[in-house]
Amino acid sequence: MEQHNDTLAVAQKWQLEGRDVALATVIETWGSAPRPVGSHLVIDGEGNFEGSVSGGCVEGAVVFEAVEAIETGQPKVLEFGVADETAWEVGLSCGGKIRVYVEPVTGGAHSA
Amino acid sequence: MDARILADINAARQARKAVAVATDIASGKQILLNSDAQIADGLRQHVEQRLKSGKSGVVTLHDKETFIQVHVPSPRLVIIGAVHISQALVPMAQACDFDVLVIDPRTAFASAERFPSVELLAEWPQEVLDDRPLDAYTALVAVTHDPKVDDFALQSALQRQCFYIGALGSRKTHAKRLARFSEAGIDATAAQRIHAPIGLDIGGASPAEIAVSIIGEIIATLRKGPVV
Repeated sequence: MEQHNDTLAVAQKWQLEGRDVALATVIETWGSAPRPVGSHLVIDGEGNFEGSVSGGCVEGAVVFEAVEAIETGQPKVLEFGVADETAWEVGLSCGGKIRVYVEPVTGGAHSA
Repeated sequence: MDARILADINAARQARKAVAVATDIASGKQILLNSDAQIADGLRQHVEQRLKSGKSGVVTLHDKETFIQVHVPSPRLVIIGAVHISQALVPMAQACDFDVLVIDPRTAFASAERFPSVELLAEWPQEVLDDRPLDAYTALVAVTHDPKVDDFALQSALQRQCFYIGALGSRKTHAKRLARFSEAGIDATAAQRIHAPIGLDIGGASPAEIAVSIIGEIIATLRKGPVV
């Protein structure tokens, strides 16, 4: 599959290259969320990323959490929305709310 | 996510097969769900429903949250006719993540020079579509203006329930087409699924503008219309 924004193909490619990889997935949305449920962001251990889980509003925070998930090996659930206390930092300006599942890709050459 | 699950998802998508992954959000436990996977009946029902609708989401069963992500085949666009409009339409459809195939038996039209970055077959539609049948995840666009080339593909698209079927030509041309289809025994109600004249009414004049109206109509049908 040669699609330019095929995030899962990128995740596999990076993993096969021996990079540490995490996958972030939008699992729930409320209100006018910019990206639908199932949208992916793939992140490597250096903080490089492809794809999107919002319109660019929260990717920075997700990347930070993903790098941490790679280090700990533990998945986690993140929530973003205007009502969130982190809204001043990384809230969604569209007024929507999203829940993002962040997980390391395991079983690759570099994983524990 | 286990790297093997990731590889299996990508393999299924490549093969145009639907597949689902269930993730227990609390524990991170994950399983790939194909038709012979061992899963609880309660969950299976949700998975089957979501595979049909193509919509991923969280399901709460016995106080446990499970995220079911479905991967249905990416939409495909089959273009009958390697014409000027098609040259504009191919990159637009590719930018929107369609897998694109162009078919035209006329080798003067179907040349790699005119279509450098897309799968192109200089064959009759009936030869190609026997081996590679259309499906419900496919849009078919017939733009040759020539019934010898277009008609078989359009009839096949109706039969295979393509989610979008469009044909170039004026209302008059389309009326003649419908008369031919009626004579061939095609159900008149079914034939009404053909979008003709093709494309959204945006007053498109150039080949690129007409291509915009076609890809716009295909996306509207994919996202808003019923995918039969």
